[in-house]
Amino acid sequence: MSSFEINKCMTPEKIVSQIEDGMTIGIGGWGARRKPMHLIREIVKSDLKDLTIVSYGGCDVGMLASAKKIKKLIFGFVSLDVIPLEAHFRRARSAGEFEVMEVDEGMFQLGLKAAAARLDFLPCVAGLGTDVLTHNPEIKVIQSPYSSDNYVAMPAIKLDVALCHVTEADKLGNSFISGPDVFFDEWFCRAADVSYLTAEKIVPTSSFNDDYKIMRMPIERSLVAGVSEVPFGAHPTSNGPDYGIDVDHLKLYSSRAKEGWSQYVEEFINCEDYIGSVGGVEKISQLPLPVF
Amino acid sequence: MTEFSLAELCITAGSDIFRDETPEVFATVIGLVPRLAGSLAKKTFLPGLMMSDGEYYFAHEPVPVGPRNGYMPLKEGAIGYERVFDLIAKGNRHAFVGPVQVDQYGQMNLSCIGDYSSPKVTMLGVRGLPGNTVNNRTSMFFQSHNKRAFVPGEVDMVSGAGYNSARYPNGIFPKGLDHRRIITNLCVLDFEGENKAIRVRSLHPGVTFDEVQDNTGFELIRPKDLSETVAPTEIELAIIDSLDPNNLRKNIFKDNPNGRRL
Repeated sequence: MSSFEINKCMTPEKIVSQIEDGMTIGIGGWGARRKPMHLIREIVKSDLKDLTIVSYGGCDVGMLASAKKIKKLIFGFVSLDVIPLEAHFRRARSAGEFEVMEVDEGMFQLGLKAAAARLDFLPCVAGLGTDVLTHNPEIKVIQSPYSSDNYVAMPAIKLDVALCHVTEADKLGNSFISGPDVFFDEWFCRAADVSYLTAEKIVPTSSFNDDYKIMRMPIERSLVAGVSEVPFGAHPTSNGPDYGIDVDHLKLYSSRAKEGWSQYVEEFINCEDYIGSVGGVEKISQLPLPVF
Repeated sequence: MTEFSLAELCITAGSDIFRDETPEVFATVIGLVPRLAGSLAKKTFLPGLMMSDGEYYFAHEPVPVGPRNGYMPLKEGAIGYERVFDLIAKGNRHAFVGPVQVDQYGQMNLSCIGDYSSPKVTMLGVRGLPGNTVNNRTSMFFQSHNKRAFVPGEVDMVSGAGYNSARYPNGIFPKGLDHRRIITNLCVLDFEGENKAIRVRSLHPGVTFDEVQDNTGFELIRPKDLSETVAPTEIELAIIDSLDPNNLRKNIFKDNPNGRRL
């Protein structure tokens, strides 16, 4: 089969229909940045349950927590960045609604890299001396075969599915991330059996014949099983430099953590026109990039 | 006599943690006091200090805090999150952070308070503290020095490692474990007591050792030559002002108290 016959375009609904109860799902992005939020809203709408969620967490984790989709959370933090504490995560975590595997941010990445390299573990120093080891007794400490040093053997975090949002993709599954930081999306995809991307725009492959873009194309197309065009698919998180974090919306979302979640779902998740419900294309396009 | 606020005193004392740093240390400074402290060090005595713009780039000049009003950071390189992890492992880094709790071992908590399976208070998570603390120099800032922050025994969830030998294989500290200072609203602490015990290094003007001890859940070492925290100079105050043109620092402490207790 020649390459021009490959067409991985599908609807977001189709992507979410590939996910099964009990699966381990990795979510790209970081905190309140470039999260595949349209797909998260589709999961909230679905009947899916008992998911293990693996994320550098933001409102992706918070929404899935309030929608009671999470059986276990593998995380280093959950934060909205501009709003440091994630209200939905806090409520659900303090209520003991899901199991947790809480690890250092770097250990988390090593877990993905180990899975990507088909290894059982990768060694690191991070974790020694902390309650990360107390609360995760499955994480072993080993002695170096070359010295008396001790290392944490961070186990592989194998994913069934990875979900990411990118700026552009083609129908072959090539993808370009325009924001400066590509975060760890490629490691989520390599750690997963299969990956799906939403993109601001589906473009012809010729659009990637560009040395600048090629520097920002970390995900191999062979990892990608499906792509879907979803403009503003990261909202209310940012997709720099095209649009920033919707701080006002995140404040409203945060205020619905203790009560009002079902109202949030009605207003912003079960609605016909999401972009319209959050202010429209023009407003989102003008959201300023975060400044720290 | 020069007037200065408690916030400015903490920023200057914070910059002093970089005094004996390597010339091109990568400083990760989280929160207003650490950020202004690192920026002040770079502008005064450590021009090679490497800082990010808070988003993705190495900034050639410290980026002023708050609204930019047209200011564009001067980029000199890239420091995305993956590279941050690589530099943490490499080791030449000083993390100046604001945990919620600290204990007698310098162990820190940023995760949760209370029973781990359903915590009374859920915070951020351990973030990068486990990796920072065993690989890099670590300093801390506490806005409120009290026994809820400086806890007896151990912190509720040890997120950042410390000098508690019982927690390490064969009781041996990792090579990279290197806690430096704790800056608070009352004093500067260091880890230069026997066996890395926490010691009062200097008291802010008007604060007594007993007041610090009474607000700390564990015993502090009192050195013989206990000095007063060095006040900022006029030059330092002017630089702090240029780094914080919107005076965000006035909100660090309630009512923006004077650095010398009246």
